[in-house]
Amino acid sequence: MKVGVLGIGITKFGEIWDKGLRELLLDAQLLALKDAKIEAKQIDALYTGNMCGDSLSGQLHVGAMAAENLNLDKASIRVEGACASGSLALREGVLAIESGQADIVMVNGVEKMTDVSTEQVTTALMGAGDEELEGFNGLTFPGLYALLAKAYMTKYSKLTRDLLAEVSVKNHFHGARNSYAQFKSEITIDTVKNATMVADPLTLFDCSPITDGAASIILASEKTAKAMKSQVYITGSGLANDSLSLARRSSLTSIPAGAVAAQRAYSQAKIKVDDINFAEVHDCFSIAEILAVEALGLAKPGEAYKLYENKDTYFDGAHPVNTSGGLKACGHPIGATGVKQAIEAVEQLRGHAKNRQVKDAKIGVTHNVGGSGATVCVHVFKGE
Amino acid sequence: MFRESSIIRWRNYNDRYKLIGYKCDQCGKTYFEKKGLCTCGSLTFDEIEFSGKGKIVTYTKVHSGAEAFQEQAPFCVAIIDLDEGARITAQLTDCDYEDLKIGMEVEAVLRKFYKSGEKGVIHYGTKFTPKF
Repeated sequence: MKVGVLGIGITKFGEIWDKGLRELLLDAQLLALKDAKIEAKQIDALYTGNMCGDSLSGQLHVGAMAAENLNLDKASIRVEGACASGSLALREGVLAIESGQADIVMVNGVEKMTDVSTEQVTTALMGAGDEELEGFNGLTFPGLYALLAKAYMTKYSKLTRDLLAEVSVKNHFHGARNSYAQFKSEITIDTVKNATMVADPLTLFDCSPITDGAASIILASEKTAKAMKSQVYITGSGLANDSLSLARRSSLTSIPAGAVAAQRAYSQAKIKVDDINFAEVHDCFSIAEILAVEALGLAKPGEAYKLYENKDTYFDGAHPVNTSGGLKACGHPIGATGVKQAIEAVEQLRGHAKNRQVKDAKIGVTHNVGGSGATVCVHVFKGE
Repeated sequence: MFRESSIIRWRNYNDRYKLIGYKCDQCGKTYFEKKGLCTCGSLTFDEIEFSGKGKIVTYTKVHSGAEAFQEQAPFCVAIIDLDEGARITAQLTDCDYEDLKIGMEVEAVLRKFYKSGEKGVIHYGTKFTPKF
């Protein structure tokens, strides 16, 4: 499989009070068109990842909005898979091209989250879990990941509180080097440990923030992409699902669907774990990054702590992870996150990541989780 | 909205208030709340009334709740293995977080969950408490 990337566009991530859902989406779309050097009318289909348009803005039907923004009457669909909505939209775009139904596709991700209170956002996000089995009991998303953290750190005690904090410290280090990141400040282990407790053992600095933002990427068939001298290709797309609720999983110390999705993507791209030069993973909470690097095979089960002990996950380390700053520091506009991860992969493979550039980056993977692991989507990107 | 719906409350009466679950009539695996296919592939289940006794598998203390639960925060939540085999997620009550441990024995109690506004319905459900 080989689908080319023609262009990327991304808005600033953060509290963007002067722009709504539509304006954010439009800004990213226009930037991607400019980067791809194509006209909107050349697009055959659009896929837009969005989770909370209805619950936080009263706006469903974001697919139609994406087409309307560019005065297009082309096929345009909203894709929802909770926090994995962006990568699911990307996958739909890849499949549309692979099927021969489209030659050029625009994939968007957008979320507008800061118009309402934190409690309203917390309620809306819980829609990604199991409403009857988890939400009804008062569980929150930080609570779900805290349950995983407690189980993991009890079984694997070498992941200490300090090493878990290293995930956020490293992601803030990268965020400080990313112009569109929500947080550009570096932090220390003490910043994480001394922050307000959200759900024990996770503090505010173990948690990704509430963010507005949009991202767009334009894909094309291999033939068209080659003709337009595209430098980056998607060579693998793996998707796996599991139970909505944690209580029905086969493991509480891993995210089983993550490993399945990774294997599917690697197999399609014909790569091995050792071929991976960098990864953008779903660190909605610090523990989620630990579970992600193990799911991707970058560390054996229970051994991810070593990567953080050795500072291997920094951009100049042996296994760079989340050079964008991850969800923690770059921000987590839910539907846009999966597309942002793809954009970071493209920036790295084009060699445009400036002071966070991974040296000799040829193959990168993106790993996007929906809910507490009910959906995981992994993509493989190759630079040429 | 849905959290205030008395129809949902009526539909889930057995699960929420009587701890009635489902046992696969082929392989015997038990579930709290209805599920589609059993992992063995069977679609037929017998009702089973859980004893309400179980052990903590993992737990946390939620300090910042969703809208309906904000006034109760902080509160403890756990995943619990019921003695009959099913795994359930529930709040822990009448306990100190510092005393909790994985593997600790707990039992079910009926407790208030949340209120639908000042004059609305009070929603109840099952919580668990450590056995002393």
